[in-house]
Amino acid sequence: MIDPSSPTFWTELWQVLLSGTGQTLYMVGVALLVTVIIGLPLGVLLVGTEKGGLFERLFGSRLVAWVVNRVLDFVVNLGRSIPFIILMIAIIPFTRLVVGTSIGSTAAIVPLALVAIPFFARMVEISLKEVDGGLTEAAHSLGATRWQIVRKVLIPEALPGMVLGLSTTVTSIINFSAMVGTLAGGGLGDVAVRYGYQRYSTIHMVAVIVIIYLIVQGLAVVATSLSRRLSHAPR
Amino acid sequence: MISLSHITKTFGSGDSAVHALDDVSLNVADGQIFGVVGQSGAGKSTLIRTVNMLERPDSGLVTVAGQELSGAGEAELRAARQRIGMIFQHFNLLSSRTVLGNVELALEVIGVDSRQRKARASEILDLVGLTSKSSAYPSQLSGGQKQRVGIARALAGKPRLLLSDEATSALDPETTRSILELVKTISTELGLTVLLITHEMDVVKTICDSAALLENGRIVEQGPLVQLISTPGSRLALDLFPLGAVPPPAGNTIIDITFSGGSADRPVIAQLSRTHGIDVVILGAAIETISGNQAGRTRLQLPGSVENNTAALEDLRSQGLLVELVGGGKS
Repeated sequence: MIDPSSPTFWTELWQVLLSGTGQTLYMVGVALLVTVIIGLPLGVLLVGTEKGGLFERLFGSRLVAWVVNRVLDFVVNLGRSIPFIILMIAIIPFTRLVVGTSIGSTAAIVPLALVAIPFFARMVEISLKEVDGGLTEAAHSLGATRWQIVRKVLIPEALPGMVLGLSTTVTSIINFSAMVGTLAGGGLGDVAVRYGYQRYSTIHMVAVIVIIYLIVQGLAVVATSLSRRLSHAPR
Repeated sequence: MISLSHITKTFGSGDSAVHALDDVSLNVADGQIFGVVGQSGAGKSTLIRTVNMLERPDSGLVTVAGQELSGAGEAELRAARQRIGMIFQHFNLLSSRTVLGNVELALEVIGVDSRQRKARASEILDLVGLTSKSSAYPSQLSGGQKQRVGIARALAGKPRLLLSDEATSALDPETTRSILELVKTISTELGLTVLLITHEMDVVKTICDSAALLENGRIVEQGPLVQLISTPGSRLALDLFPLGAVPPPAGNTIIDITFSGGSADRPVIAQLSRTHGIDVVILGAAIETISGNQAGRTRLQLPGSVENNTAALEDLRSQGLLVELVGGGKS
């Protein structure tokens, strides 16, 4: 039981929250970076290897493209359907292999990225599919290569949608990062469990909720305005 | 410039197969503005897309500027496409780029370096009259302005051939006219060959030298407009100068006269009336300037049966006019 009337209470609270927030931002930030780096190409490949897509003959073969497409689709669906808490535990050996430990904030990044990549890849896929086929055709008519079409046409045109997708992805990473806290991952989730739940400190609980709310809300506002600015649509 | 020979293209298979192109052969000479007309579903879009291989034909040869594209490899094809400009019905501009950026895309693809790119893009925007809009985004432009950007983008790489896929179909009549005028001016200035597809006869009338009529994937007629006009029974000529339905003759003779070349500015009808002493009624007329010549058709009603008018008809024919009897019996 924590005593709010103790003279060191507020400084301690402040420190706990600060380090918890720092850990959360670290986990979420790095996981997000990894998610974008892997999820974006994955989304492009998912759309491209479809029938009639830009890479429908991957390495000159329709079969390769088809196989890649089916495998990616399966992996993405699998990743999205396993409950996070199970995934987190199931991949502990893999986490240890990648970062050398299965405890702490750095270790938490692995399951967080792993759950966010398929999610973001789908978001990218949806955004790319919304790009008018006429634009791809126009780029072909200019003699553009596939790579040029991806880089100069598809990604810039899908960017507003992808930014919104990314914002949804971050929200779910934050959500999952709290769950990681229960398994010695650190962060605000950890604070909520150790202080709010195990030591009945309502103040800690409320503070964590407020901070997480502010982070999520802040990101959503930034993402929405960024997406609107990128879309150059008439207002 | 373009030679299509025996092109076929089928979509789907079995009972649901659609023969978009059925043994189509077409030749477009250097510097020509060639129009392919047809209703929607006739195969026009497929036809124009085979020229730059956006659509690969099932069989047949596609040759552009002496290069056979139907057998070209991917890299070869890209290089060829860089020398063929194309504009689209829905403009297909990148919403993420400014007007200047859209034009620059064409030059980026070719690999022009950044400074030259800006200069060239600005130059071509000046040519299409959009300098003041170069930093605007497509969403801030009108349809006509968007198509001007499309034209600038298509021409940025200095192609010798421009393909126009229903480029004015999404525009109002006045904007259509200004875009067509631009295409015409530019093609003359740059010595550009233009192949356009359209469902609007007006477009053909306004800028084309030659035309082809496409129906159910087959070319029904093709040739220089001047020649088509003086071809008896030409469907294109009928569509170019629509005179409407023929009224019941009621004992009179109804004829359609086609003027072309020098005959259009002679007082044919006045002479007819004077020489043969008959009261000519004009039922309809359509006169246009085609390829720099006055041409057109007039529907006349002459009193009495065909037999009574034999001399008058002979007289008209002897003047080199195309006379078709459309009501009142056989001549």
